Amino acid sequence: MLDPNISRYIWTHTKRQQLWVLAVVAASMIPYFLSLNLPKQIVNGPIQGDGFADPSATQTFMQIAFDLPFIGHVSLFDGVDLNRLSMLFALSGVFLLLVIVNGLFKYYINTYKGRLGERLLRRIRFTLVDHILRFPPATFKRLKGAEISSMVKDEVEPLGGFTGDAFVAPALLGGQAIMALAFIFVQSVPLGLITAALVGVQAFIIPRMRRRLLVLGRERQLTARELAGRVSEIVDGINTIHAYDTSNFERADISSRLGRIYKIRFDIYQWKFLVKFINNFLASVTPFLFYSVGGYLALQGQLDIGQLVAVIGAYKDLPGPLKELIDWDQNRQDVQIKYNQVIGQFAVDGLLEPAIQAVSTERADGKLMGPLSAINLGVTDDTGAVGLDRVNFSLPPGETVAIIGNAGSGAEIMAEVLSRIIWPTHGQISIGDADLHALPESLSGRSITYAGPEAYFFFGTVRDNLLYGLKHAPITDPVFEGDALTQRQWEKREAIWAGNPDYDINADWIDFAHQGASDQAALMPAVYAALDAVSLTRDMFDLALRSNVNLEEHAELKSKTVEMRQVLRDALTKADLNGLIEPFEPGTYNTEATVIENLLFGNARSPELKAGAIIDNPYFLSVLKQQGLADLLFAMGTEVARNAIELFSDLPPDHPFFQQLTFMRADDIPTYAMLLKNIDKTKGNINEADRAMMIRLSFDYIEPRHRFGLLTPEMMAQIVAFRTAFHEGLPANLKDAVELYDPEQYMVSGTLLDNMLFGRISQKYRDGVERIYGVAGGVLRELGIYDTLLSIGLDFHIGAGGKRLTSVQRQKLALARALIRRSDYYLFNRPLSALDTRTQEQVLTASLKYLHRDGRKPAVAWVISNARFANQFDRVAVFERGRLVEDGSHAELSQKNGIFKELMSA
Amino acid sequence: MLLNDEVKMLKQVPLFAGVSPAKLKLLAFTSERVSYRAGEVLCRQGDAGDAAFVLLSGRADVIVDGPTGQIKVAEIEENAIVGEIAILCDVARTATVKAASAVEALRISKDNFFKLMSDFPEMTIEVVRVLADRLSQTTVELSEARSRVAELSKR
Repeated sequence: MLDPNISRYIWTHTKRQQLWVLAVVAASMIPYFLSLNLPKQIVNGPIQGDGFADPSATQTFMQIAFDLPFIGHVSLFDGVDLNRLSMLFALSGVFLLLVIVNGLFKYYINTYKGRLGERLLRRIRFTLVDHILRFPPATFKRLKGAEISSMVKDEVEPLGGFTGDAFVAPALLGGQAIMALAFIFVQSVPLGLITAALVGVQAFIIPRMRRRLLVLGRERQLTARELAGRVSEIVDGINTIHAYDTSNFERADISSRLGRIYKIRFDIYQWKFLVKFINNFLASVTPFLFYSVGGYLALQGQLDIGQLVAVIGAYKDLPGPLKELIDWDQNRQDVQIKYNQVIGQFAVDGLLEPAIQAVSTERADGKLMGPLSAINLGVTDDTGAVGLDRVNFSLPPGETVAIIGNAGSGAEIMAEVLSRIIWPTHGQISIGDADLHALPESLSGRSITYAGPEAYFFFGTVRDNLLYGLKHAPITDPVFEGDALTQRQWEKREAIWAGNPDYDINADWIDFAHQGASDQAALMPAVYAALDAVSLTRDMFDLALRSNVNLEEHAELKSKTVEMRQVLRDALTKADLNGLIEPFEPGTYNTEATVIENLLFGNARSPELKAGAIIDNPYFLSVLKQQGLADLLFAMGTEVARNAIELFSDLPPDHPFFQQLTFMRADDIPTYAMLLKNIDKTKGNINEADRAMMIRLSFDYIEPRHRFGLLTPEMMAQIVAFRTAFHEGLPANLKDAVELYDPEQYMVSGTLLDNMLFGRISQKYRDGVERIYGVAGGVLRELGIYDTLLSIGLDFHIGAGGKRLTSVQRQKLALARALIRRSDYYLFNRPLSALDTRTQEQVLTASLKYLHRDGRKPAVAWVISNARFANQFDRVAVFERGRLVEDGSHAELSQKNGIFKELMSA
Repeated sequence: MLLNDEVKMLKQVPLFAGVSPAKLKLLAFTSERVSYRAGEVLCRQGDAGDAAFVLLSGRADVIVDGPTGQIKVAEIEENAIVGEIAILCDVARTATVKAASAVEALRISKDNFFKLMSDFPEMTIEVVRVLADRLSQTTVELSEARSRVAELSKR
């Protein structure tokens, strides 16, 4: 546990360095005082001519000789004789040298202190996170992630800055202050007493006044931490907030919190400056007393004027260190409070022993023999509700057990207890002879694999998350050479100095040999098989197809994809599906594509040619007019508007049919109705902006989709002619603005799917996409890019907590992540609750098969949500109200007139 | 085929006979126009029902999986509506519908179908009438089947 006293904590971990830096500071005092004395020597000696009365007079320079007790006179260097001018330059040279030496000392001390602080900060932060990793599971019920992370990140930050000054500052500043005070005492005892009294008052009052500041500071810290917690709650609960329209409640809450923080800060400022005022006042009262009392004493003849001046001069040196010393103390208390606040939160009973999480590269298979069994197990939660009551349950090696029970029956809790997510209140869980809770996680966490209904995913790609469950220990360190080696050695050294572990995050953390593979690439087929088992392969394909592929990484895709266009079309023809894709052909109008796609015949890359803006592009408009299309498209847009208004004008604006209206929104209808009236009145004589608006309407028109009958063959021909004219005359600034549809080229601006289809899916066929998928799988294998595509899918970034995946995909991914681990025991706790029953059964069957591949025979306990699946298991355990009520084979239980039969018929 | 032609065809469907042409046009526009070749399946027994179909042209068979294999229970022709039961009672498809010839159909999604029913009560009545017809026909067939079973067991 962390030491509750910050100074002691710092001392324990940095005493050697602290002593060293104190020694260096002490050493630095020598050149410092020398440099203070030197100006006097220069002025008095060479400049004013002291000791150089005779022009040829010389003085000894740099004589190093001193008298030592017992030894006598020691002369290290006899010095050289210099005349007045040489002496001036020599002494000035020494002055410059001392300035440099002083600067270097300062530089060294400051860097050293900074480094010291940062190392300690690193140590504290690591210790805190290490504690989080070792908290007992129940602790997390009352923790807010954002609050904890703001403690680790922000609240311990000032500790770093304080570390360097923790011992050096009081020693240095205290020494300076005492010296100045002593000097005053030497000059005049009464004035010394006055000064000491006032300093005493200052040192007594100011810290007391500042205590309130510390209290306020603590409040500020707490409110700021709570604010961080609330902000992250808003982020996590954003859907609930939207759904229940509570955004303004949240606004009010945040506003009131900010108000409190403001109030606290304002109080802090008021006090801070009041304290400052009093401090300054006390500091300046002293000279007042010098002038009045000292002057009086001088007039009385008890003090000579020279002494008074010397005292006042010496006093100048006192307030500075004193003030800094008081500030240092304030800072110390502040840091101490922050530190206590933080470690108070981290002082949790029942922290896991470090040994339980000790890193181990040894494999766990076969180390734990015997059944995973619960003996007289009871679980009561913090409210006193009984989850499990005196349960005896056993999962022998190699057996598959279905656990069934309604919600609240204890079935889920059984799985969670067995996987150490919940700790039992009484009874024991053992594997063979060993107590599960006494085993290191390197054994239990590898021998037992758990997947529940809610899985957490880390920020990263699908692949990162799939392989996450395999990263137990650094297996093989990467080999470093040259600079990288130096860098790595430095990293290691620093880690050890800061009490951090020195494992390399870039090492191989996966024991590939254990997985039966030589490297990651060799591991992938097993991973793909797991994806197949949980039927996630198709989703991965979708992700890959919808992504813009990084061609530098997958260069082979470029030509293969272009090749695939034809192969896919042939395959579709073979499957009697020709015409399912209408390809882009340079000389033909693609009826399944929109008008604008046919006009541009390419993907717009620059924003000025994108759908919304292109109509304002002067070059585009000029070619449109020149080709005689402007009027035709205007007429077409007008017809589209007429049709749309006829169809939709009677409907209320929120009617779901408006979703079908792709080219305008419900609230655009009145605008277009007005425009149409205006066109009819003026016989089409309207301004350019209105014309453009109508032309734009024509852009999204697809004849087979909208079926207004507006595209004639002549018009299609004209649009095809436009393409050529438009691309040939393209001005220089638009040269790269469009990427043409070229049957022989990969379109960088399109998704992989766009590139493979290279056309539009015909409206004529229902489920066109499904049918293409059906055919495409085979084609991809044929071309040898099936795995590449899967791999691209695995590179999909799943976002924070996997939120970019659907809940179904998340559950499947969690199950796949569990399946690819090689464990002796698998615990599944309704891992598929988000899936429909049919898919659940399919995935369950495939998963069991996957686990038993290559003759493996792990023990499996699966909490199933439908009693019908139970026949796939060797044994069935039925839970009700926290007790194990039936336990036996499927056949036995089906015979009995018990709860299982009831569940079966439900 | 254009929207206006589809409206003319929809006019022929008894279910929509009472609906004004403007609304039929809207129905046609918001529905999906789909074609099937002979042998292709419009919907499959056991799948979730998300749409009803109006046959514009062609014929289709209604097939049910029985204990002894597939049984063809009905044949539907153009201007018939099919698949509405699954979306009305929110159950899985009760039968498979397979195109017997080339079929042109309008696919009306569940949401749109409900919206239409609530907007046009005359359509709802028509749906009830069609369902009642089918029910009475089924009842007749059932009683016939029963009497035949009874006769067979007497022998």
